[in-house]
Amino acid sequence: MIFVTVGAQMHFDRLIRAVDEWAAARGRRDVFAQIGPADYTPKHVEHARFLEPPEFDRRYREATLIVAHAGTGSILQAMELATPILVMPRRAALRETRNDHQVATAERFGKLGVPVAWDETELASKLDRSDVLASERRIGPDASPELLDRIRSFLSRR
Amino acid sequence: MRGFRRRRPRVLAISSGGGHWIELMRIRRAFEDCEIVFATVSDAYRSHVPDARFHVVPDATRWDRVNLARCAARVAWILAKERPDFVVSTGALPGFFGVVLGKATGARTLWLDSIANVEELSMSGARVGRFADLWLTQWPELARPGGPEYAGAVL
Repeated sequence: MIFVTVGAQMHFDRLIRAVDEWAAARGRRDVFAQIGPADYTPKHVEHARFLEPPEFDRRYREATLIVAHAGTGSILQAMELATPILVMPRRAALRETRNDHQVATAERFGKLGVPVAWDETELASKLDRSDVLASERRIGPDASPELLDRIRSFLSRR
Repeated sequence: MRGFRRRRPRVLAISSGGGHWIELMRIRRAFEDCEIVFATVSDAYRSHVPDARFHVVPDATRWDRVNLARCAARVAWILAKERPDFVVSTGALPGFFGVVLGKATGARTLWLDSIANVEELSMSGARVGRFADLWLTQWPELARPGGPEYAGAVL
């Protein structure tokens, strides 16, 4: 099952449409999309606007591939589960977000081996090769020991 | 004063939803020796922290004055009720109010800039930094004297 998620705050029709058209072209019926406040309604894949965290978490665990906007939470959750993820960043110029923080997030996680599609064409071509989108890097449930120690040390001085 | 009455420090950990909440979850191990209270924007996140006290705050954006006021009022109410020794936040606006109002009520405050933030875009970090006793960035190249400190990331 491919689980598509774009968060809850703003539309990301460009990603939803690209996945919808890809699923139609390839005859894929095993795709579910959480589309947020979208203007575009998928015609070929099952979808919901929003999912509550328990339902969202279940779909994450059951997915064999996550396709997501380049949101920190989406990427971190996939890395915790070692589920392959393919991300496409939102663009401020296209009014998909208010600033280009997702471009920076995609660049940063891209360096760690997270596959990034920079546009819809690349998204479709990477989905065609999604069997090789292995998520090399599994992360534990916690932040780096250095960060946890720094916070503990701060909290030890009242 | 408040420290004398309790053996373990009380920490209010507050954030909005989505990635901010996920980042907060990834630092929660640092709260193990504390009495922890969570506040976030959806009751559904309670399932992630079933053993902790939990408050819901209205979400808000900078462009929505009515919800801004409701969010600030709710955070003030939580601070008055819980009287935390520390306020820790990973953003965004509920955390901003948590740190600013928490500082005003005498708590020590920690602001962790999201890993999604880059310097010129981190509005909330730039505004909240001076209210934080400890201001952390997750980008080593953004650390600077008088600005955020780098001490690792949520990865």
